Amino acid sequence: MATISLRDVRKTYAKAEVIHGVSIDVPDGEFVVIVGPSGCGKSTLLRMVAGLEAITSGEIAIGGRVVNDLEPRERDIAMVFQNYALYPHMTVFDNMAYGLKIANMPKAEIKARVDRAAGMLNLSDFLDRKPRALSGGQRQRVAMGRALVRDPAAFLFDEPLSNLDAKLRVQMRLQIKEMQRTVGTTSLYVTHDQTEAMTLADRLIVMNAGVAEQIDTPMAIYDRPANVFVAGFIGSPAMNFVSGTLEAGHLKTAGGQRIALPVPADQAGRSVTIGLRPEHLQTVDADHPGAMALRVRAVETLGADAYAHAVLQDDSTVELVVRVPGARRLSEGETLHVVPDADSLHVFDAATGARV
Amino acid sequence: MNRATFPHRFLPWLLVLPQLLISLVFFYWPALQAMWQSTLKEDPFGLSSKFVGLENFRKVLSDPAYLNSIKVTAFFSVVTAFLSMSIALLLAVQAEKVLRGKAFYRTLMIWPYAVAPAIAGMLWLFMFNPSFGTLAWPLRQMGIDWDPLLNSGQAMGLVIAAASWKQISYNFLFFVAGLQAIPKSLIEAAAIDGAGSARRFWTIVFPLLAPTTFFLLVVNSVYALFDTFGIIHAVTGGGPGKATETLVYKVYNDGYNNFLLGSSAAQSVILMAIVITLTAFQFKYVERKVHYG
Repeated sequence: MATISLRDVRKTYAKAEVIHGVSIDVPDGEFVVIVGPSGCGKSTLLRMVAGLEAITSGEIAIGGRVVNDLEPRERDIAMVFQNYALYPHMTVFDNMAYGLKIANMPKAEIKARVDRAAGMLNLSDFLDRKPRALSGGQRQRVAMGRALVRDPAAFLFDEPLSNLDAKLRVQMRLQIKEMQRTVGTTSLYVTHDQTEAMTLADRLIVMNAGVAEQIDTPMAIYDRPANVFVAGFIGSPAMNFVSGTLEAGHLKTAGGQRIALPVPADQAGRSVTIGLRPEHLQTVDADHPGAMALRVRAVETLGADAYAHAVLQDDSTVELVVRVPGARRLSEGETLHVVPDADSLHVFDAATGARV
Repeated sequence: MNRATFPHRFLPWLLVLPQLLISLVFFYWPALQAMWQSTLKEDPFGLSSKFVGLENFRKVLSDPAYLNSIKVTAFFSVVTAFLSMSIALLLAVQAEKVLRGKAFYRTLMIWPYAVAPAIAGMLWLFMFNPSFGTLAWPLRQMGIDWDPLLNSGQAMGLVIAAASWKQISYNFLFFVAGLQAIPKSLIEAAAIDGAGSARRFWTIVFPLLAPTTFFLLVVNSVYALFDTFGIIHAVTGGGPGKATETLVYKVYNDGYNNFLLGSSAAQSVILMAIVITLTAFQFKYVERKVHYG
């Protein structure tokens, strides 16, 4: 068990810099999820911590020890790969025991550790099988078991659930969280799935194009996204954005429409992007003060909830998604009146995208 | 299986006819001839012959020269297969690490395969002939009494070197393909599990190459047994004495030089049996796909 700290870590391939200086301190036992779209550099960052990619500049320390020039095996970490990377010619037992045998652990101790991990992961009946005789979910658990038995300073997960079907993914998500809570090992977890990120993380790193856009707890990021990218990436369905100019008490959209908003007086005249989450738009009666009239274009019904895709009646360039209770049967072409929650309004600078 | 349908029932026969004719004339007819001849006792000029049943086989199998040839062949084949495969594997593993000019390096590695056996033999002879060999002189300068024309161990070493050298390319190609088929993440997982590069090779890479290795073992055995005639003929001619006379070379020697036609035919029938066994073995175990994961 150990802390992990990254100091202005950068990665350059040929001449292109792909990681532009990431810094974070992960205290002992914390579960940190790195989330971002494909190609944002999140896997590269994880592989740099693992020692599978060289660090171009900056410093990575595990348990207070700088590991920049250490081989993966000297870093005392365990990693779970996306494709599980199980040794196909070895039984489940041998797969899990491989690292322990290399460490010259006594046989009895190896057996005890593997048995304990197999018990935790419901694999006790499969120890004699080869990986090819296992289902996807079982293979995934073996990969976790292999990490678990080594009792390393840190776990690294590289999209471990993305090869599983949706139902299994939810189950395994819970199991990983539970396992990490039980053993209390510091963990870095890479995913592109924001639901996975939100549910697993103690803290989140939202990455985009090689930059850590925001590092905070999931709810802090949800409540106060640092910029337009984070705001659009975290939350499902994605946040609505409306561009325009702030005027006293309202936003003037590009189409000249005025939307009533509680705007601070000193911000008047500023070009901004307003962010409104679908769940923070309240449906109201037509005569409600400041109500926006929307025309419903399509409805997605999920059961408990429904999402109405609508446009502003007087300015169809402004598109909004609104969450309504599933019981409310909306139909296309219907008019819907909404007001934004005053305290969950996000204002971003139009030019920089940063939160105002 | 995809079944092609032909509009005419004779067309398919017509299409395979050339291949059938060649097989019949050049393979089946001589094979049958050899089987028939192996039961005959013939005078060297082929003027008279008489049926002797299995007498030729009995003689061949109790002939010390033949038993010696079996030993020579076994030694030659095992060492050649082992050398050519292990060197090829070493080169293939090293080639994986080459970053620049990988394709160029690989292409160069494949060239020796294009050299005909007899030419390869001549090449090695020119290098190591005791009187005019380019490398024989430095060997002698180093105090080695180099004379493969008289020293049977050196003669064996020379044919093994030539035969292995020629086969390395082929093995290299297959090992490179085999190595590429091993997922990189397995090696990475082993590295994180604490295995150093030697350990990763012997516990992960080598076991996963087993299907390739097994296939090459069969192919190399067949090669060393049957396709090295040209090299032996060019380099040592089976000598000195009978030190490098393999089974295939002995068939030729007894038939063409010693005019022991019945014995030579019996020997070739025995070889035929060995080839059939090896081929059956190959079909049974090698053609069967080995799946992992």
